[in-house]
Amino acid sequence: MRATLAIVRKDLRIEWRTRETATTLAVLGVLLVTVLAFAHDPDPEAAPLFVPAVLWSAMVFTGLLGVERGFLLEREQDCLAGLRGAPIDPTALYAAKLVVNVLLLGATHAVVVPLTGLFLHVDLFPVLAPLALVLLLGTVGFAAVATLFAFVTVRLRSRQVMLPLLVLPLLIPLLIAAVKATEAVLGAGLAGARDALGVLVSFDVIFVTAGALLFPAIVRD
Amino acid sequence: MERASGSALVSAPALEARGVSRDFGGRPVLRGVDLSLAAGETVVLLGPNGAGKSTLLRILALLLSPRDGTILIQGRDARAARPPALRHIGYLGHESACYPDLTARENLEFYAELFGVDDASRIDELLEWTGLAEAAGRPLRTCSRGMVQRVGLARALLHRPSVLLLDEPFTGLDPAASEALDERLRAVRAEGCAVLAAVHDVPRAAALATRVLVLHAGRIVWTSPAVVPDAAGLAEIYRARAGGRG
Repeated sequence: MRATLAIVRKDLRIEWRTRETATTLAVLGVLLVTVLAFAHDPDPEAAPLFVPAVLWSAMVFTGLLGVERGFLLEREQDCLAGLRGAPIDPTALYAAKLVVNVLLLGATHAVVVPLTGLFLHVDLFPVLAPLALVLLLGTVGFAAVATLFAFVTVRLRSRQVMLPLLVLPLLIPLLIAAVKATEAVLGAGLAGARDALGVLVSFDVIFVTAGALLFPAIVRD
Repeated sequence: MERASGSALVSAPALEARGVSRDFGGRPVLRGVDLSLAAGETVVLLGPNGAGKSTLLRILALLLSPRDGTILIQGRDARAARPPALRHIGYLGHESACYPDLTARENLEFYAELFGVDDASRIDELLEWTGLAEAAGRPLRTCSRGMVQRVGLARALLHRPSVLLLDEPFTGLDPAASEALDERLRAVRAEGCAVLAAVHDVPRAAALATRVLVLHAGRIVWTSPAVVPDAAGLAEIYRARAGGRG
């Protein structure tokens, strides 16, 4: 726990100082929302149907970029050797990167969600709490898978191709459930999203556990 | 300076490698390397590029797994008990393993937390010892290569390891910085730490080492006698054994 907190603090301190990842993700998120919203330009009645697609498309693209940058930080000056040479459980590194990725993607949602509402003329304020829950569950599942594979691909020259290729097929159930849950939350509230939320919770439990169990094996060499 | 504590066997070498081999993509890089390192000695590893020095050091630092062989730290199988073994090892590779966007002090504070070093004065002591006290608040990105190297050395020594592994620590340093590093390594040895350093510069190896090993094509092909030859003698031996340029 101490090591996890130390790594989280270190990553957030570097991010606060450089603002590299947060700025990149926010700019990419704004661009995606703008393009997607204005490309469709739906009428007010159809607009809520586009919200899930816009939100989760932005999430996937910004997420893949953000998660990869988290490990690129450890490549400079071979800092990964410093972490691997420390007497810590490798799971602490996975947990720390997962937490940092969820926080950074959460900050991106804070920019993307209001803009989506604004551009599509949908008042998201009344459903903010259930929507935040769906976003949180979706983001945790996404980060659990992407953090694991980002560590595998960060050492590859073709990492920008390999990461989406490895991660996206695994994320399909999560993305379907996330879109369905968002759709339901915008329509009938949390009650209508029960099944999709169940899938999201199951996905999170399975992949956070799998990530924590597999990460020590892949970090060894 | 006391060394990493533990119930180590008193007579056991600080570090021992037995039959260490490693391949990369089917190409053998290390072929049954045996070596032993006693407390308070500085062993210099000489070898041409591609001899396997960096691979050997990374295996000894438990950052790479060998294909075959055993690593013993204070007489105990290091790979079987990795976290306790890592407390005995300080490793400085080609790069400092320090974050360029953090200051020297922040880097040391971070690693102190990972190694469970609770003594806050240890960081001040190391910053003073490496001559970085005044620059401790500057992000490393704004520091010279020599300063970053010294922060890397301080990081490797932070937890008072009993074995210090250095991979070409003099690369990129100017003569003054190299001299300062020389002095610090002598001080570390005087405190009982066993040092194993891969070095390219034969005269520096002759001056620094209490023992020299020549690694060639993944094998140790020569071990110096108790008295290390002078620079000219060592260069001649190195050329003969490994075809290296003295």
